[in-house]
Amino acid sequence: MALYLSKSGKFLPHFITKMSSLGMINLSSLGSCLSQNPPLLTEDGRTSYAAPGNDPTHFVCRRFGSVKADKLASISTNADSQLLNFPGGVVKFTPELKFLSDAPEERIHCYRVLDESGHLLTSDFVEIDKDIAVRMYKEMVMLQTVDTIFYEAQRQGRISFYVTAMGEEAINIASAAALSMDDFVFPQYREAGVLLWRGFGLQDLANQCFGNIGDNCKGRQMPAHYGSKKHNYFTVASTVATQIPHAVGAAYSLKMEGRDACTITYFGDGGTSTGDFHAAMNFAAVLEAPVILFCRNNGWAISTPVSDQFRSDGIVVRGQAYGIRGIRVDGNDALAVFSAVHTARKMAISESRPVLIEALTYRAGHHSTSDDSSKYRPIEEIEWWRAAQDPVGRFRKWLEMQGWWSCESDTELRGWARQEVLNAIQVAEKAEKPGLREIFTDVYDVPPSNLRDQEKSLRQTVQRHQRDYPHFQF
Amino acid sequence: MAATILHGVGATTALSSINYNNSRRSLPERKRTSLVIQCDGSLSSGLNISNNRGAKLSTNAVATKQENVTASTTSKPGLRHELLLFEALREGLEEEMERDPHVCVMGEDVGHYGGSYKVTKGLADKYGDLRVLDTPIAENSFTGMGIGAAMTGLRPIVEGMNMGFLLLAFNQISNNCGMLHYTSGGQFKIPIVIRGPGGVGRQLGAEHSQRLESYFQSIPGIQMVACSTPYNAKGLMKAAIRSDNPVILFEHVLLYNLKERIPDEEYVLSLEEAEMVRPGKHVTVLTYSRMRYHVMQAAKTLVNKGYDPEVIDIRSLKPFDLHTIGNSVKKTHHVLIVEECMRTGGIGASLTASINEHFHDYLDAPIVCLSSQDVPTPYAGALEEWTVVQPAQIVAAVEQLCQ
Repeated sequence: MALYLSKSGKFLPHFITKMSSLGMINLSSLGSCLSQNPPLLTEDGRTSYAAPGNDPTHFVCRRFGSVKADKLASISTNADSQLLNFPGGVVKFTPELKFLSDAPEERIHCYRVLDESGHLLTSDFVEIDKDIAVRMYKEMVMLQTVDTIFYEAQRQGRISFYVTAMGEEAINIASAAALSMDDFVFPQYREAGVLLWRGFGLQDLANQCFGNIGDNCKGRQMPAHYGSKKHNYFTVASTVATQIPHAVGAAYSLKMEGRDACTITYFGDGGTSTGDFHAAMNFAAVLEAPVILFCRNNGWAISTPVSDQFRSDGIVVRGQAYGIRGIRVDGNDALAVFSAVHTARKMAISESRPVLIEALTYRAGHHSTSDDSSKYRPIEEIEWWRAAQDPVGRFRKWLEMQGWWSCESDTELRGWARQEVLNAIQVAEKAEKPGLREIFTDVYDVPPSNLRDQEKSLRQTVQRHQRDYPHFQF
Repeated sequence: MAATILHGVGATTALSSINYNNSRRSLPERKRTSLVIQCDGSLSSGLNISNNRGAKLSTNAVATKQENVTASTTSKPGLRHELLLFEALREGLEEEMERDPHVCVMGEDVGHYGGSYKVTKGLADKYGDLRVLDTPIAENSFTGMGIGAAMTGLRPIVEGMNMGFLLLAFNQISNNCGMLHYTSGGQFKIPIVIRGPGGVGRQLGAEHSQRLESYFQSIPGIQMVACSTPYNAKGLMKAAIRSDNPVILFEHVLLYNLKERIPDEEYVLSLEEAEMVRPGKHVTVLTYSRMRYHVMQAAKTLVNKGYDPEVIDIRSLKPFDLHTIGNSVKKTHHVLIVEECMRTGGIGASLTASINEHFHDYLDAPIVCLSSQDVPTPYAGALEEWTVVQPAQIVAAVEQLCQ
């Protein structure tokens, strides 16, 4: 009954095996800190475990230097027996019957660089040069334009569906700008800006939304479910939070190859309630995977406000629960987002560890074109966020103060962007749709017999009824 | 409605040939063979293999005791070594890990513990615990992780400690693993192998006696195979790892200690081929995994009673090897399916439909399918025994069918 042994008796034999065999395992392939120091007070008096203020790196390394029977004895004979080397580490005892509070005294502070008027509040940020800054602004405007026009196109019935990233332009563009092209992006669906930054064209966006022959996904996915291997942007799936474990797996792959790159995955406040989020966070920590976990906490999961989604102080506090470093940033502040992602990336790669970023923001648009958010939230609230906290406007103000941008440039840019987007839509709309053969390709590398049968059958049907379906072709 | 599609059994070499690299010669057209590649580069023909096996195969039921099953596997006298099924899986895994540094394993207790069924024993020592990765208990997550790793160039093997646990990973398997190659327009491939033991064991209770092939068979984009002997276990493991498609490899809890002599030379089997276990002429008995042994035990009795059953281990659960199956049906005109799945929605149900659709004109009698009942598997020994098809039932069914 190997199964029973492993599940119920799992702890003891497993743990004993670990004790005896682990000393000899060659862990060089891991490449990070893998010493076999015993889990005791080190020479300089630092305890290896327990105290939360300690460098977590050491704590994590100890997972293989587990408890040995003789060491247990030596610790417990400590004069006042105030601590014990439990499995998992040394823990100090307390005589107080006291529960940890469910909420911190104050909510975790939010890192911000620019105020609403575009003034710098700190010098503690990663400087960007003019070229990058201006490009960031232009792409933010382009994203806004794309969103506005594609949304209108859906309303006009030209495409069937669309999701906007209104209010999250800084998150999209600034995070993308802080990454390198070698980093893998695992998006949810509100990160089209990341793809734009990486060079995916307007025509490509439009082609995907119209599902025409120019679509690199061959008409297989809903609009706005982009994917591009060339740009290291993994195809959007409609399932919530399934991309988070994928990102951890990809980070594992990067770690194995020892590459100078990390993965980043985006998800919303709602996504953090899923099982996949929890398990992936845990994995990333245990595996020491170089992944940036970027939560866009925009306050709403369709109609569910965050107060109905979780009771923790947002997402950033959960990082510590899993042993992951985290930061809370103002998601409407491009400079803050850029600095956070830039720094997180360095940490993730050089220290081979996951990093959690919670960007607080507001979903200024509806969840998607299938939603009317005025039904569950006050219009004044939406308007306020759109106006007062607009990330694009804030960044522009800062750029103008730097002397890097002007009103005229703005009008010109917006006019040009609008024209480009309209053109792309017009071209995409007129293009052909993929042939029926594409129903059967890419299910496997090569269609197996059952699919070849089914394709043949469909072909015959279409041919027989050519007159009724003149537009369908293989 | 009858057989508008009488074809469908045509050559489908594409899948087989594409999976092998240039140093392997693959058959230009399908034959009912396993590709046994000898060190002199020649191929042994399958028909020889099957004839030989038919003659020498001794059949011991796994129902009552674990007994050693020995069978010769090739007609050519090459060097062979004896091992148990779980060792054969490990051998296949190890050879692939040696051959390709991108192959890695992830699952619960697969690392230093060596796996609950010892399939990965020793691998962590040899390859390090990054390539043989112990995961926390979250099947959805480590399957998802495997998918992400596969999309970025690794070839992971995800082990479900028991197939039933993979129900937790159903979302990832169906919505992502099966779909991402398609929805990305072919940009991202997912060469993942998901494997683990399933089936009714010895009083493991309902939750640990699942037959997941029923639930997964509908998922587009995945391939499913079931191994039943050390020989095919190793061959299918290697083929699954080399395939660029996601493959689910079903093992059986009670078959891990089967012993067999397998070739020393390297060999890889085809994922879409069925295995001729015993040629015959009165009835085609289709089965897979553990039920193969119940069928072979029943075959002994049937032979004594004067019947000549043809036994085929279908091995490929998705897609079915309709070529081999079809040829057999055309010969015997009677079909009996013996499976461990439940009656409703099992592999047998799909196979019945498929055979009826393609070979209706060749059947002299309706297809009979013996399956487990639609009940959760009970714990008590006697109860559990009778939820699984027994040799006596198989004998009775053949007698009934061949009247």
